[in-house]
Amino acid sequence: MRIGLFIPCYIDQLYPDVGMATAELLEKLGVEVEFPVEQTCCGQPMANTGCQPETRPLAFKFLKIFRDFPYVVCPSGSCVAMVRYHYREHLSGQPGFEELVGKTFELCEFLVDVLKVKPLAGSFPYQVGIHQSCHGLRGLRLASSSEVVGPSFSKMRYLLEALEGITFSQLDRPDECCGFGGTFSINEEAVSSQMGLDRLADHERVGTQVLTAPDMSCLMHLSGLMRRRGTRLPVMHIAQILAGRAVSAAY
Amino acid sequence: MAHTTVEHAADAAAFIQNQERTRWHDQALWFVRAKRDKAARAVPEWEQLRALAGQIKRHTLAHLADYLLQFEEQALRHGAQVHWARNADEHNQIVLEILQRHLVRKVVKSKSMLTEECHLNPYLERHGIEVVDTDLGERIMQLRQEPPSHIVLPAIHIKKEEVGQTFHTHLGTQADATDPNYLAEAARGHLREKFMAAAAGITGVNFAVAETGGVVVCTNEGNADIGVALPPLHIASVGIEKLIPRWADLAIFTRLLARNATGQPVTAYTSHFHGPIPGGELHLVLVDNGRTTLRAHDVFRESLCCIRCGACLNTCPVYRRSGGHSYHATIPGPIGSVLNAAHDPRTYYSLPYACSLCGSCADVCPVKIPLDQQLLYLRGTIAGAKHLPLAKRLLMKLTSFVMQRTWLYTFAGRLARWWLPKLPRFLVYNRLNAWGKQREIPAFPKKSFRELYQNRQRHGQ
Amino acid sequence: MDSKHDILNTLRRDPVPDTGLPALDGPWLTFEQPLDQFREVLAAVGGQSLVAAHEGDLPHALAQLPSFRAAQRVWSLVPPVASVGRDWTTVTDPHELEVLDYCVAPGALGVAENAAVWIAHPTVPHRAALFLAQHLVLVVPGRSLVHTMHEAYARIPPGQTSFGLFISGPSKTADIEQALVIGAHGPRSLTVVLTGTDFPASRFSP
Repeated sequence: MRIGLFIPCYIDQLYPDVGMATAELLEKLGVEVEFPVEQTCCGQPMANTGCQPETRPLAFKFLKIFRDFPYVVCPSGSCVAMVRYHYREHLSGQPGFEELVGKTFELCEFLVDVLKVKPLAGSFPYQVGIHQSCHGLRGLRLASSSEVVGPSFSKMRYLLEALEGITFSQLDRPDECCGFGGTFSINEEAVSSQMGLDRLADHERVGTQVLTAPDMSCLMHLSGLMRRRGTRLPVMHIAQILAGRAVSAAY
Repeated sequence: MAHTTVEHAADAAAFIQNQERTRWHDQALWFVRAKRDKAARAVPEWEQLRALAGQIKRHTLAHLADYLLQFEEQALRHGAQVHWARNADEHNQIVLEILQRHLVRKVVKSKSMLTEECHLNPYLERHGIEVVDTDLGERIMQLRQEPPSHIVLPAIHIKKEEVGQTFHTHLGTQADATDPNYLAEAARGHLREKFMAAAAGITGVNFAVAETGGVVVCTNEGNADIGVALPPLHIASVGIEKLIPRWADLAIFTRLLARNATGQPVTAYTSHFHGPIPGGELHLVLVDNGRTTLRAHDVFRESLCCIRCGACLNTCPVYRRSGGHSYHATIPGPIGSVLNAAHDPRTYYSLPYACSLCGSCADVCPVKIPLDQQLLYLRGTIAGAKHLPLAKRLLMKLTSFVMQRTWLYTFAGRLARWWLPKLPRFLVYNRLNAWGKQREIPAFPKKSFRELYQNRQRHGQ
Repeated sequence: MDSKHDILNTLRRDPVPDTGLPALDGPWLTFEQPLDQFREVLAAVGGQSLVAAHEGDLPHALAQLPSFRAAQRVWSLVPPVASVGRDWTTVTDPHELEVLDYCVAPGALGVAENAAVWIAHPTVPHRAALFLAQHLVLVVPGRSLVHTMHEAYARIPPGQTSFGLFISGPSKTADIEQALVIGAHGPRSLTVVLTGTDFPASRFSP
């Protein structure tokens, strides 16, 4: 199976190991990974600011780059939600667009829904806090959200739960936003930081040893708050744990 | 003349300065959200109720003219008098005219977001009529001369010590009293006097049933019921979006409303009015005030499905940490940001950005309004109309310019990763760097992913 | 043009897509023991319940309440229970009811899911009595219990009385620091007396 690897711009520039872990993980599962080097940014910062004319060329660029892959896989729920839900106003009717929407997957959903993998083997003897990144949670439904009445599930937890020694943090507020929110983190700096500090305090209270998420952007924000305060709860993208990285590889 | 805009971020930052209060505010509202979750989970068909409620409201909007006429016809049959108001001014004039005709000098009013929206109280007061808000939270706010900060919990932003001070000043309670039972008892006595003296009662309406011509009012305190059971005159202000088609639909909405608002299985009082009290008059004032405009809009129409349960405020992580007053609007929080920015994008340009797009509001909404998507859509309207500050627009133009050119993106990334770590700290962390006010920027890696990956491809696995 | 036609014309001018009015078929929540459910929810919303096998037992049942025994002004609309203080049926101005200690009124039906009791206007000459009395007693036939609001609305003839309401628990507020205070404006206590022995799908458990 051949996939086009879609690496968000900030992961490319700031968290290269997340991209490497994603590629290695997919290859280990027998997937033929190709990284088209023309890619840059999906346009989400512009779209979420409301700047549609600035988003549009990036949507077209993305379609051109990824149109011919059987699958597109990305280690970010937020960037996949951008392609799946917000490209329509720019690309509706463009050849290949509907197919692109149907074949673009976030990493965890690709593993669970397309590859249908069993929980991965390995060892990770830590109490892990899964941060429910909002766009993955409520946009892609990678897990059940606390507001909705229905069966409880989590694709992240499913993939992690067979790792030897792993336990999971139980939070009073299971899926409160960390406060990153893209440009929100700048526009509403005070609220954004307060949300992040509150989220970290929740994890500290329940004894989280490693914090993970399907979106590195949330972890970038939380980690930035911790580093300023001299606290250090290791943060790892879920791809890093699934690829067998040690906690020493944490950010 | 300079146009005054609402700057949510600045007011939110000021609110957060008081850390103790912010924590309390956040936790008090989260507690309500948790009670809501528990109440919702006790109803196995909860998601079905939400879907039905949304469908009923959307259908009603499609046939609103017909349902309004049916409602009017039925209401008249019960002996109610029906009035139509295009806007707030007409609404206020109609209410004043009714009151003046009956020589009313004192009115008691139960909670009605519509009369707040129309600024009815100051209007009536200017015409010599005393208006007393009888919901305890609203009375506290009225005595403090502050607007409510929440649509269901009007005084959620103030502490019992402050209520004690207010009541000491206005009701003559003991100085430094803080016991909620004592304070509520004092308000009970004070408001009983007001109820006994009032010559008319004004209420809002939760639901107006087209099939029967009746209106339904939901309260916990019983203030609406006392207010319209003593005087012979009841005026109910009805937003035209309050219509529902059938009597049986009430079951859907009464099952959802209180559970979603406060986690109660139903409000203590759910009162159905079909015609006036014997010997009295019931006036129903149907109000548009911008609702037909919202209805005509393919995106914003959704916001007219709102039943004012307040759950999107309770769940909003931004609202909980910024307080209702930071929105400077009758209705704050996610639904308020949509309604106000849709109505006046220039003044309220910052409200759609007071949102991390977490989507919790949409998942908690009993009628499934996609609130986060509405806020995102509004950002497009606001940026398109150039209501955004120039610096933000230019930054987005620059980012897009770079991202459209892979070579430039690659070059800029390499330059930044090489250059930024070498800069002295004061050049990176300064007033202009909002990110860096409380956060470190990430440690810059020597190589980007694409460099590592291409190296690996070149040198084999 | 007048406001009514202006609003209606605007609404007619802007057609809006319709997805149809859904049928309300359920299935809805049911309880194995509606009586127990009703009593449990009533207690949770700050009310209390008593059971009386026969209407004649009502005075005895209410005598269990100390505040009822001490009440000087009682208006009972349920015959076996005597009114106290004056002939309240002669009241013409509802303001006079402000002095009531107790009002005892008949409820038409009870709802198990939320402990709501339906009361329609003609059974209560001055509805103000329900809200002004310091304490309220509602007498509800046990066989009238329904599971949910769907059944309740199905049993109430729509729009036939000028006033009707559901009451679930006593008047309450949480407007001061979210602290629950019972007795905001209306009754400080609500007692529901469930009468009869023929409760639906339920053991009679006094």
